[in-house]
Amino acid sequence: MSETTALLPDSAQHPADGFGATSADRFADAVAERASRSGSRTPWPRALGWLARRPAAALSLLWLLVVIVAALWPGILAPGDPLAGVPAENLQGPSAAHWFGTDQIGRDLYTRVVHGTSLTISAASIAVAVGLVAGSALGLLSGFAGGRTDAVIMRAADVLLAIPGLLLSLAIITALGFGTVNVAIAVGIASVASVSRIMRAEVIKVRSSAYIEAARASGNGWLRVLVRHVLPNSTGPVIVLGVLEFGGAILAVSALSFLGYGAPAPAPEWGALVSGGRDFLRGAWWLTTLPGLTIALTVLAANRLARGLDSEGTGR
Amino acid sequence: MSSTTTSRSAIVRYVASRLGQALIVLWAAYTVSFIVLYALPSDPVALLAGGDATDVTPEQLADLKAQYGLDQPLVVQYLLRLGGVLTGDFGSSIATGRPVAQVIGEAVPPTLQLAGLGFLIAVATGAGLAVLATYVRSRTLSTFLLGLPPLGVAIPSFWFGLMLIQWFSFQLPLFPAMGDKSLASLVLPAITLALPTGAMIAQLLSKSLATSLGEPYIDTARAKGADRRRVHLRHALRNAALPAITMTGLIIGQLLSGTVVTETVFSRPGIGRVTASAVQQQDIPVVQGIVLFAAAAFVLANLAVDLVYPLLDPRIQLTAAPRRRRRASAGSPAATASEGAEPASPDIDAVLEAAR
Repeated sequence: MSETTALLPDSAQHPADGFGATSADRFADAVAERASRSGSRTPWPRALGWLARRPAAALSLLWLLVVIVAALWPGILAPGDPLAGVPAENLQGPSAAHWFGTDQIGRDLYTRVVHGTSLTISAASIAVAVGLVAGSALGLLSGFAGGRTDAVIMRAADVLLAIPGLLLSLAIITALGFGTVNVAIAVGIASVASVSRIMRAEVIKVRSSAYIEAARASGNGWLRVLVRHVLPNSTGPVIVLGVLEFGGAILAVSALSFLGYGAPAPAPEWGALVSGGRDFLRGAWWLTTLPGLTIALTVLAANRLARGLDSEGTGR
Repeated sequence: MSSTTTSRSAIVRYVASRLGQALIVLWAAYTVSFIVLYALPSDPVALLAGGDATDVTPEQLADLKAQYGLDQPLVVQYLLRLGGVLTGDFGSSIATGRPVAQVIGEAVPPTLQLAGLGFLIAVATGAGLAVLATYVRSRTLSTFLLGLPPLGVAIPSFWFGLMLIQWFSFQLPLFPAMGDKSLASLVLPAITLALPTGAMIAQLLSKSLATSLGEPYIDTARAKGADRRRVHLRHALRNAALPAITMTGLIIGQLLSGTVVTETVFSRPGIGRVTASAVQQQDIPVVQGIVLFAAAAFVLANLAVDLVYPLLDPRIQLTAAPRRRRRASAGSPAATASEGAEPASPDIDAVLEAAR
């Protein structure tokens, strides 16, 4: 048994892929597999039904939609100015007027959290884009080319994995300098190694499936098979991976902005908000508790959604 | 073939090949950190001299650069520094001028205490949670327990640390919020540090326990009359723990990088604080020293696992030659299982997936 099938016990071992099967069997199986993958022609009712059966995933999706609205149009959720404070109303606890309370110079914390969303979410999105594009390109190349190319890329990935992700990000930030974009790039690069490994495993799985073999056997070149068959069938796992990486990226980005490497002071980045509340921990609990809770809920929602999509994809 | 027939020379070759691979990973980690820190555009000396607008003359700046060897071509710098590292000279801090080895060496003891206690807490709660979740008969309780690790993975540890301070230092004055003098001051930081790691262990171990419990030998044990506790602890856990052991390197790395946040939150001295301030000051030699330190800790942990693993799992047969596409840093010994048995060591991919 190869390593690849050993780590994918539930999905990789189609009985018809066995060596005993005749080519006719395999072709019939490939056709059936392709057909079953196309699925229903009306995705929306199916998606809604799927969500109705999974309240946790539905709630997660709802929360993420709210977060996305806050990132794109913060004015809808919080019309105020995140940087303008009313000194007379400083350090007030949560109330009807100030949902999350106010900080030491009287700025509304809810407004700041909502307006900080775009900073944190765009940093996490850049990080995921960097990690996903570079990682899946390397993984695709590695899994598809095999041989020496595969060995070299995977050894390089192993070295990167020997350096803890946060430390690698910190080294990159040391070189690039501070700021939201640099933090995002650093987090993205630190995730390239693990993304490429996961992508490679996925490619090898898809590559060894019967319909790819059938496509090859029908006389298609590798490039055509790659573009027409492997890529469309890999999008699902890549989306799941992207959502999963997104949760991790929010954590990493906010940790780095908590440490003070993100956008400079008045910017309401989520991690920086938690850090700003540190000095008032004893008197004003809301300043650390509520922004931190927002981060935790967003990460939890992304992870939960990814898990739900993943179980859908693998039929677990 | 079993390990008892393994000859002495095979063991020597196995150990030598593991050592060789560990050294290669270290060299590669040095190279990666060099590329990141020295080849990317940055000007630590100008920063040291006070940024762009200072009264430092270009000549003085050039002198400073020469003093730290930053005026040489990159290849020369690479070789000079590699030579230094091989002889135990990691350069000196740009911010303070002190040797990097000394700066890191002084920071190790407090971090070792913190990470040691964090490791114990993470393993005990992670493993305890996983075993309890599969052991309890109540489905509701089991679902609840299995829902905790994903929560632990999602909570930002800097925030968790601040919450602990708020509850257990301010609301209930049980533990000090900062400092490093007493054992009590170690409790909250160690719990903070252990949170993501413990959650990761719980996730991996509960998956691996569920797999173990579906194996035929569990049916055999039950058929022979073993009670529930014996089946879970003696049969399932012992087999499920083996793959978890290969995670040791990953866990050490995670704990070490976790100290950056934890030591900052609790204002404790140590590797994490040194890292945070070195990044703040763009102190490149210190940052590189810490990256190498972390890589060395990871490699040593994996080396230890590789050497101990064959003793724990009698199915492993020592092979010095790397298996095709074997991962040098995966922490999985070159395992060739005897006929019929599944390869016991998990892939790094499986570990990575479980670690999320």
